[in-house]
Amino acid sequence: MDWGSIIENTVRGLIGEQAIYFALAALGLNIHFGFTGLLNFGQAVFMAAGAYGLAMTVASEEPHDLILFTIGDGNGFWLGIFMGVIVFPVILALILGIPTLRLRADYLAMVTIATAEIFRLVARTPALDDWTGSSDGLTGFASTFYDWSPFEPRQRYFFNLFQGNQMWVFIIGWITVAIVAFILWLLIRSPWGRVLKAIREDEDAARSLGKNAYAYKMQALILGGVVGAIGGTLRAIGTQSAQPDNFITDVTFFAWVAVILGGAGKVFGPIIGSMLLWATLAFADTFLREGVDAGWVPDWLITGTQVGQVRFMLVGLGLVFLAWRRPQGIFGNKEEMALDDR
Amino acid sequence: MTDNDTPPIATQTDHNPLENVAWEAGVSKPDPILVAHDVTRSFGGLKAVDVDHVEIQRGLITALIGPNGAGKTTFFNLLTNFDNPDTGDRTFNGRSLNNTPAHRVANFGMVRTFQLTKALSKMTVMENMKLGATGQRGESMLAAALPFLWSRQDRAIEERAAGLLQRFKMDHMTGEFAGTLSGGQRKLLEMARALMVQPELVMLDEPMAGVNPALKQSLLDHIKGLKAEGMTVLFVEHDMDMVQEISDWVIVMAEGRIIAEGPPASISENKAVVDAYLGSHHDAPLDLGDLDD
Ligand SMILES: Nc1ncnc2c1ncn2[C@@H]1O[C@H](COP(=O)(O)OP(=O)(O)O)[C@@H](O)[C@H]1O
Ligand SMILES: [Mg+2]
Repeated sequence: MDWGSIIENTVRGLIGEQAIYFALAALGLNIHFGFTGLLNFGQAVFMAAGAYGLAMTVASEEPHDLILFTIGDGNGFWLGIFMGVIVFPVILALILGIPTLRLRADYLAMVTIATAEIFRLVARTPALDDWTGSSDGLTGFASTFYDWSPFEPRQRYFFNLFQGNQMWVFIIGWITVAIVAFILWLLIRSPWGRVLKAIREDEDAARSLGKNAYAYKMQALILGGVVGAIGGTLRAIGTQSAQPDNFITDVTFFAWVAVILGGAGKVFGPIIGSMLLWATLAFADTFLREGVDAGWVPDWLITGTQVGQVRFMLVGLGLVFLAWRRPQGIFGNKEEMALDDR
Repeated sequence: MTDNDTPPIATQTDHNPLENVAWEAGVSKPDPILVAHDVTRSFGGLKAVDVDHVEIQRGLITALIGPNGAGKTTFFNLLTNFDNPDTGDRTFNGRSLNNTPAHRVANFGMVRTFQLTKALSKMTVMENMKLGATGQRGESMLAAALPFLWSRQDRAIEERAAGLLQRFKMDHMTGEFAGTLSGGQRKLLEMARALMVQPELVMLDEPMAGVNPALKQSLLDHIKGLKAEGMTVLFVEHDMDMVQEISDWVIVMAEGRIIAEGPPASISENKAVVDAYLGSHHDAPLDLGDLDD
């Protein structure tokens, strides 16, 4: 058994690109669910908005010529970042929020889960090939990002964990996570954050004290969506592609797992939750594979090709264990959670 | 002190502003802060509220009483726009409340509490209090991330909240989660929190329900204190002793309608009220004090 590669892969899961993308997705989801009580079951579509906002602006056939004509060739990337991080998710949040946020919480849940699938299926449509690249998606929009990289693409960095381009994503990614988390931390401990918490507990109480609950919920939906979209934009840059099937429902549930693992309603919880999720997946994956190869895990139990599925079963088991032993998540406060029962 | 310079302040208790007001349902008052006209609300076939006209006098304590299911809570909801009436006009300080969102009503200076207490249990007592303050700069999302824009105001709010908590004898619980408070303490907290809005009119829906006798007396004193500070109080209550003790005026609801109005002493002799509480074939004088549900 090659413990070196098990450890290497686990560490790469812990701090690597996936942990970054999903830390951001989960930070956004935590604004929705953890702090405001909004049930968003379509965080994948906010990530997709971030990815496609960038990719469509820079690389798709249709708006591309017009944009280049307007702003000049070199600026497409920055406009794309703006579209992906602000314009797309804000518009999406308004579309999702305006009809649902005055209603009971479950309406947002239904609309988000449906919208995420609709977006994905529409993006796949061959008729929209010139806009979205249909099922192949879009590529070739991230070169500006890598032009700025100080790292040699072919060299390996950071204990040989990352290639040059990955290293650049790694650095920029964690800096982004840190900045976003810091801003959210400031927001949550402000009077604005206080209103969100009040709305989460009892919207009518907040309204009776003069707070426009609808407007605050909309702001929270937009903010959490923008943060999720930042994760999606980074992911598109990191993988150098925006593809419909990168945003299947599983993606939303990974973000939920990260939130629940870390502890909903704690600012830094989702970051740790995301890191642990990907570390666990990477560990289980490598460990089982090594075990199968070494003959420790008998063939009749798991074959090499089944490892990919089995690791999710293990994560599921871990979550069940967590829900049993520590339902408030790693960082959650048990006393606070117990107040629910009163 | 310079007593000679200042003329004696004529407090409202010096003479009763409703002295010359007739004891009848829907009667006009000299200085109403809140007026409801032709307000109706049905749930399916049930007409829960059907109020032709009612006025609440400024600066007094008015009790709204009536048997269970009379429509008092529904009427509260309609007055504060937590529910929309089928018909009717509500005016606060001469300003129409029709089509005003509920949160705006509070910002106008009219704040209500709930029959089922809404203490925010996962927030501390202090956070509950600070939430009540209106016009907070830090409640705007853009300013929120820049504490220097709001921290001074926040400190002032915290001081005001601490003062109120002291007055309500809750200052030893400042940092505790509201969810750990007893039912009576939650009622107190909800009332104190409502005062953070600095309202002109305080509407309390059954403030004494589920409160132990010792706390009840202090709640009564606090309500009297609100009046002394110039606030108007409208409260729903079942306990006739409480109503007799603190209210200046009583409005009686039954089956959605206002059936009687008058000073507290006049109410227990009122034929319509007796009928409403006991059914119309009752002729003995009524001691409403025995009728707590
Ligand atoms: N949301 C509702 N849906 C249906 N019926 C309601 C609703 N709210 C109140 N009612 C009915 O309206 C009547 C008045 O209720 P309520 O205003 O709570 O009375 P009170 O506060 O005087 O005890 C009751 O018959 C009650 O069952
Ligand atoms: Mg009631």
